[in-house]
Amino acid sequence: MGKLLDIKNLHTYFFTDKGTIKAVNGVDLSIDSGKTLGVVGESGSGKSITSFSILRLLENPGRIVEGEILFDGIDLTQLSEEDMMKIRGNDISMIFQEPMTSLNPVFRIGHQISEPLILHQGMNKREAWERSIELLREVKIPNPERVATNYPHHLSGGMRQRVMIAMALACKPKLLIADEPTTALDVTIQAQIFNLMNDLKNNHNTAVLFITHDLGVIAELADDVVVMYTGEVVEKASVEEIFGNSKYRHPYTEGLLRSIPSLDEEVEYLDQIDGSVPHPLNLPVGCRFAPRCKYATEKCQKEIPSLIEVEKGHLVRCFYPELRERNE
Amino acid sequence: MEETKFTNRIMRIIDTSIPFLKYLVKRLLLMIPVIIIISLLIFFMIQNMPGNELNMFFNPEDPSLTELQKQMLTEYWTEKLGLNDPFFVKWGKWWLNMFQGDFGISITKQKPVADFVGEAIMNSFRLNISGFILAFLISIVVGVKSAVKRFSKFDNFWTVFSIIGISLPGFFMSILLVFAFSVNLGWTPISGMQDPMNETPAILYYILPVTVITLSSLASLIRYVRNAMLEVLKQDYIRTARSKGLKEKVVIYRHAFRNALIPVITLVGFYIPLLFGGSIVLERIFVWPGIGLLMNAAYTGRDRALMITMLIFYSFLTLLGNLFMDIGYALADPRVREGGER
Repeated sequence: MGKLLDIKNLHTYFFTDKGTIKAVNGVDLSIDSGKTLGVVGESGSGKSITSFSILRLLENPGRIVEGEILFDGIDLTQLSEEDMMKIRGNDISMIFQEPMTSLNPVFRIGHQISEPLILHQGMNKREAWERSIELLREVKIPNPERVATNYPHHLSGGMRQRVMIAMALACKPKLLIADEPTTALDVTIQAQIFNLMNDLKNNHNTAVLFITHDLGVIAELADDVVVMYTGEVVEKASVEEIFGNSKYRHPYTEGLLRSIPSLDEEVEYLDQIDGSVPHPLNLPVGCRFAPRCKYATEKCQKEIPSLIEVEKGHLVRCFYPELRERNE
Repeated sequence: MEETKFTNRIMRIIDTSIPFLKYLVKRLLLMIPVIIIISLLIFFMIQNMPGNELNMFFNPEDPSLTELQKQMLTEYWTEKLGLNDPFFVKWGKWWLNMFQGDFGISITKQKPVADFVGEAIMNSFRLNISGFILAFLISIVVGVKSAVKRFSKFDNFWTVFSIIGISLPGFFMSILLVFAFSVNLGWTPISGMQDPMNETPAILYYILPVTVITLSSLASLIRYVRNAMLEVLKQDYIRTARSKGLKEKVVIYRHAFRNALIPVITLVGFYIPLLFGGSIVLERIFVWPGIGLLMNAAYTGRDRALMITMLIFYSFLTLLGNLFMDIGYALADPRVREGGER
């Protein structure tokens, strides 16, 4: 199976008055059809900007300055705005972080789901409405006929996110980008949404780019994992390698893993990564993570490490990728 | 199957319109106590205005009148005007007369208010409605485009225009325009509403005052529409609309504008009473026989009947404007339609 999405050396910069913010700085990632890629990182790591870059939904002053986004072999960065519109909502669709504000308050649910159907599938209003009801049923919304006539303010956050999913899946996209779809929801609803997404993904063979800051979610859903930090990929591996007993691991990933609470051990304090993500206009000279890394050496402060393949399909951006090479 | 679909449709229409009708009836009924209270207040204030109403019908200092005649005149007019009635009786009689189309007699014009007030209102209305329609149309087009192309040359031009427009008082603008187009170029008449000789077409008389009304409301309206639109354009649902592959025109004019309309409707409602109320300053400069000039005369001449009529008329219009605003809100925003829950 070929790669559905192949991002090569993507650079997305924001040109502000205070300087150029390199939000995405040379990211490579790829997804095979039907697979789920989890992108993990703190806020400000460039994961959302990567996803907006794919759909070219960047707002001023953001621009893709370099790199290729190959989708089914076509470079999306080179497409005209008109051709891009045919891809948005049709071949690639997106679910956003905030279900409460992502639906237009003045249009009926059915109308909002119908829009991409009328636009991309050439349905008439009536067919699209019927199909919207089907889709609502598919995302397990009770009484879909009624809900289709409702406005967003009638629905709870979890229900709205289901509507967003129904809308995103309306045209059976090949790729679904989910940008922290459950962050704003409470935990029981999160689990429901995950199950729903898993089912739908398996039924439709949709590839998913799953963006989150929650490693636990990744373990549950993803096939492969990309860890991002300050607009760069710091580690790329399969889910088994990240959570299993691989000999190699980026110190940042290690820190993220340690900060997941464990049910088996009893600890007084949860581990945390000290410090915070550096300001994008004031990045460290050497390794971006060096100031927060407890293994950092003099070399780390001065030189920038590159992404190296330590095992087959496992890449780490660190001078000391092997666990036993490092001393605290 | 067809039949159920049809009934579903009917049900849907009924479901959505019934709460709206209820809401409308509720709002209309709420207007009744409000107008009663307002009329009491206005009536009370006008009644207690300084000056003796009798003096308007005969002069008590007139040396040609004997004491007996003065006394008889006083009794006659007191009786006729009902001056000794208790406050609420006067107020009730006044309402009864109003319902019969009798708004009292204007002492400045020496004829019934009903005979001349309608014409003055219409004169002002014709002027205002042309100005406001122009201003709203231009400001919506310009405001939306400015928001979409923020900080472009187009946007910057209208920003500068708005600042000048807001800073320039209407009377000054009028004088400048009269000076340029009437005095120097001689294209338009200096003032008035029509040519007594019927030689110049009436439309020429409208050009300058309508321009002033348009320009002076345009400046702030553009800013208002632009800001409402900017606020909406940064909402998450606009990004959702784009992510569906909708054309930019659909995103802006359907998804964004429909939401930006909600604050703009407030303005339209606010402008309704102004439509019928003439600007005193503008009507004086252009000698426009509108309601502004008439009100000015009523205030200076202590014309009670005219004042009461006009004040009640304005309050009624303000209430209507509010009602219009609420209906507009309800039409544009489904959250309001269902009784304000969010």
